[in-house]
Amino acid sequence: MQNYSLDDIYIRDFDPATEEIAIDTKNIRVFYGDKEAIHDVSLPFERYKITALIGASGSGKSTFLRSLNRMNDNIEGSRVTGQIMYRDIDINAKNVDVYEMRKHIGMVFQRPNPFAKSIYDNITFAPRRFGEHRKAVLDELVETSLKQAALWDQVKDDLHQSGLALSGGQQQRLCIARAIAMKPDVLLMDEPASALDPISTSTVEDTLLALKDQYTIIIVTHNMQQAARISDYTAFFYGGKALEYDETRKIFTRPKIKATDDYVSGHFG
Amino acid sequence: MDAKRADKLMTGVLYAVAGLIIIILASLLGYILWQGLPHISWHFLTSPAKSFEAGGGIGIQLFNSFYLLLLAMLISVPLSLGAGIYLAEYARNNWLTDVVRTAIEILSSLPSVVVGLFGFLVFVLQFQFGFSILSGALALTMFNLPLLTRNVEDALRSVSFDQREAGLALGLSRWETVTHIVIPSALPGIITGMILGAGRVFGEAAALIYTAGQSAPALNFGDWNPLHVASPLNIFRPAETLAVHIWKINSEGIQPDAAAVSAGASAVLIIAVLAFNLLARWLGNRIYRKVTAA
Ligand SMILES: Nc1ncnc2c1ncn2[C@@H]1O[C@H](COP(=O)(O)OP(=O)(O)OP(=O)(O)O)[C@@H](O)[C@H]1O
Ligand SMILES: [Mg+2]
Repeated sequence: MQNYSLDDIYIRDFDPATEEIAIDTKNIRVFYGDKEAIHDVSLPFERYKITALIGASGSGKSTFLRSLNRMNDNIEGSRVTGQIMYRDIDINAKNVDVYEMRKHIGMVFQRPNPFAKSIYDNITFAPRRFGEHRKAVLDELVETSLKQAALWDQVKDDLHQSGLALSGGQQQRLCIARAIAMKPDVLLMDEPASALDPISTSTVEDTLLALKDQYTIIIVTHNMQQAARISDYTAFFYGGKALEYDETRKIFTRPKIKATDDYVSGHFG
Repeated sequence: MDAKRADKLMTGVLYAVAGLIIIILASLLGYILWQGLPHISWHFLTSPAKSFEAGGGIGIQLFNSFYLLLLAMLISVPLSLGAGIYLAEYARNNWLTDVVRTAIEILSSLPSVVVGLFGFLVFVLQFQFGFSILSGALALTMFNLPLLTRNVEDALRSVSFDQREAGLALGLSRWETVTHIVIPSALPGIITGMILGAGRVFGEAAALIYTAGQSAPALNFGDWNPLHVASPLNIFRPAETLAVHIWKINSEGIQPDAAAVSAGASAVLIIAVLAFNLLARWLGNRIYRKVTAA
């Protein structure tokens, strides 16, 4: 297995005047105990764009993504240093209201994790906790978010069946609907399509493209075609570092770093 | 011997062992019921026991058993829920929680006689609660609490970590995630454990002999003021339970029909414990089906 240098790095410069930044990460390091899993990564994410995080297994994509809405807080022994600027606030600071922040920065996980509740309750549970009790509004929310997640037609006749009774791919789309229903600003997705069949995958991809008007999406994917099809920017992770970050088109046609080139062309390792 | 034959042989052995266990259990149950059922009548279930003559019942003991069970569960259910939730959801892994877990482990393996003697020394003598329902309920709590806490903790831990992440990622607080997502998923396990615990408590004798006492003073079932001496609800009266009664009849009973009373009472006890177990399974399954595939 070939080793690539962690010092050959290319990170695209963004022009804050024309390219509005939704989340700006600076010098992110993530530790699991004494082990440093992410080494000093600084990436800005442009608003209303889809950014793909690609890289081999274990390169730190999930770890980095999970630090953006502080899900790593819940892992004992894990620690994140550096700044994550969101709306002029460093959300990695100690005194930040993490729960409030997560309403703005939603997440869909790699493994589908619907609640042991009905489809309807899966989607409306959080909105109701946050004070929305009007039935008409909730019904509407369920319908639109299920439609956006390409699940509506399959479940509309029985919204009161358990979310756990759905197939794996349907469960994942339910989780996407649940996240969208919160109307977050930023949507973090960790390989959301890895459990889906090609048809639902392409529906979900269409969904993401449609959501781009209102959401900033950061998505981890192992699927090169998927990254190429839907994302505007791509970051290539290797050994806990982002080695290259550029417009997707450039990453897939003229990468500047050897490791990226080998990875996207399938000659990696 | 080839693998197929070895497999067949071992399957046969396992069937035989399982069959043997079932036969032992069934004949035990069958014997107790066969002996006891003919003595069970409405009169037997409702009238007070007699010390010297025949024709006594188990009415008061039966009431005492249920009342004590109710009180013990009233104390131990909330405590075990709190402790179990803390251990499963909030406690960090450090020496303190290790000590707590070990303590629970040791407590749960204490023989119930020891718990009974402890209850006698502390609740009956030191706190001067005397032989009373209160002392008995506290002793039963000591006996029951560790197992229930373990049960709650295990049930909560069996809920996947993904579920907690799902809740947190929606902006729910930890407490909301625990109370609205994790606990409902763990409910079948928690309830099953609680009912099984109730069955265990119901059949317990050793922990009660020196705490709730071995006498069953006459009760006035028309007087429900808990402060009155003869009121069934009074928690400071001695209260012999069904299990203790069986033990007592068999060790020092001088009624002419002692054997019959003992057989009848045993049958009632067995039926009650069986009912608790069946109820636990039925309710657990029902709730499980309800939360998974409504
Ligand atoms: N909870 C954890 N505790 C300790 N180490 C962890 C933990 N999670 C991840 N790691 C380590 O951090 C590194 C990055 O893992 P991460 O899950 O972020 O990789 P990934 O790029 O998402 O991989 P994959 O494509 O397989 O999902 C790996 O070396 C992994 O072993
Ligand atoms: Mg991952």
